[in-house]
Amino acid sequence: MKCQQCDKQAVFHITELETGEVRELHLCEDHARSYLNQSETGGGGEGEEKASPGGALTGPLAVGQTADELALLDKKACPMCGITFFEFRNQGRLGCPHDYVHFEKELEPLIANIHGSTQHTGRRPDRAATGSPLPEGTEELTGVIGLRRGMQEAIACEDYEKAREDRDAIRAIEERWLGAPRA
Amino acid sequence: MKLDTLAQAVGEWLRGTGPESDIVMSSRVRLARNVAHFPFVSRAAEQDRADVEKFLRERIATVPAGQKLEYIDVGRLEEIDRQFLVERQLISREHAEAQGARGVAIDGLEQVSLMINEEDHLRIQCMHSGLDLRGAWEQIRGVDEQIGKAVAYAFHPRWGYLTACPTNVGTGIRVSVMLHLPALVITRQIDKVFRSLHKISLAVRGLYGEGSQAMGDFYQISNQTTLGRTEEELVEQVGDVVPVLIDYERRAREFLVRETQQNVHDQVSRAYGILRTAQTISAEETMQLLSRVRMGVLLGLIGDVKIADINSLLVRTQPAHLQKLRGIELDTKDRNIERARYLRRHFEGHAAEGTN
Repeated sequence: MKCQQCDKQAVFHITELETGEVRELHLCEDHARSYLNQSETGGGGEGEEKASPGGALTGPLAVGQTADELALLDKKACPMCGITFFEFRNQGRLGCPHDYVHFEKELEPLIANIHGSTQHTGRRPDRAATGSPLPEGTEELTGVIGLRRGMQEAIACEDYEKAREDRDAIRAIEERWLGAPRA
Repeated sequence: MKLDTLAQAVGEWLRGTGPESDIVMSSRVRLARNVAHFPFVSRAAEQDRADVEKFLRERIATVPAGQKLEYIDVGRLEEIDRQFLVERQLISREHAEAQGARGVAIDGLEQVSLMINEEDHLRIQCMHSGLDLRGAWEQIRGVDEQIGKAVAYAFHPRWGYLTACPTNVGTGIRVSVMLHLPALVITRQIDKVFRSLHKISLAVRGLYGEGSQAMGDFYQISNQTTLGRTEEELVEQVGDVVPVLIDYERRAREFLVRETQQNVHDQVSRAYGILRTAQTISAEETMQLLSRVRMGVLLGLIGDVKIADINSLLVRTQPAHLQKLRGIELDTKDRNIERARYLRRHFEGHAAEGTN
């Protein structure tokens, strides 16, 4: 992919998120530097919190993360839905609930910049009222997303034994946490 | 549900009743929710989306709030019907244009709408006429509580309700009011007002939310952050600023009447004249002119038109509504002719009523 501002190869892929709007930037190293410096000075003095929500994603790049380090981070994939951080940065949309756990460290500065907070203080699900065995967080249940993906891959490879195992594991989780198999 | 029957009604957001409805068209609260055991919509395979759609549709039907709703399979609708639902603000443009299994459940009053497989698995929306954020919040809270008992919403103790986009995470709430601010536009104070709203983390969008250009001086004000504050605090954040904006707009209207009465009267009368006599007219121009006439009626400069009629024309002159009311599909050129005809007929009816 070419840089949006010149003919060089784009090595920085920046996703700006502003009030739900997604803007993608694909830039070569030089243009990325000047873009990032610009957004830094735009957000106040050095070392200060940046005002724009997009600053959160560009921030870590500006403090000297190399293209190699970035490439490594970009390849980090969620074991449940398989989305890479690169894909998230390009689309501005996460792949599944587990991404908030798997990419927690990477998402934290982004979320802090968007919301000015990293702790939910609003309403919580009232599991007790429904007699659900599920804890407040739904991580246990989200595990079936990875299993379902594994099952589909196994079917594609005609590994029916693994597909059966995955299916049984999915049923066991759903029965345990939801009280009954889903379908 | 017969969409053609809906076309005859006006819908909650344009009913034109409720507190402060001369300026506040509607109050809306929406919640973004996802099912814990499925990938988010943009990552979901076709089968996953179909499973989510079926799962949510069935579960929603088991709760009391859900039983009052009519379900529409948006994936199977013709383009014109999807557009129709967008014009009524019952589904988003993104939902209309998306692919795959998706639907919407709507109540008869068009106050509650549940979108399935929009950006998130479930988007619950509640809309009330006029300024009634508290009422809309109380209603949506009840619906959300009931569905939350039938569905395991994706939740994390630290991050709250988990959403496809991190801009919605936490409460997943978007609180908004749709305001009609023609006098602030005419007196060129609107940009100043918006800049100050941005400073306190409120977002401003035009009607239908495309870019910053508002159609017909209708603006939507909403919260930008969803994490770190409670739902009630966010409802208040938006609610607190509305009386201030109402006051600005009222003062600007008074200023116009006091200082430039002739100009305003002229502008409003010309707008009214075009609407009554044009032979072809675009949706954008119609909305702009209706906006001016609406202000004229509120300022007492036009006597024989009701606000409710203006509100109804705002939605019925939209492309899909026009075609549904006419009963045939029309291209842009024919729509503009039909729109002008519809407006002339409407206002002629009024004139006739007035002389009787």
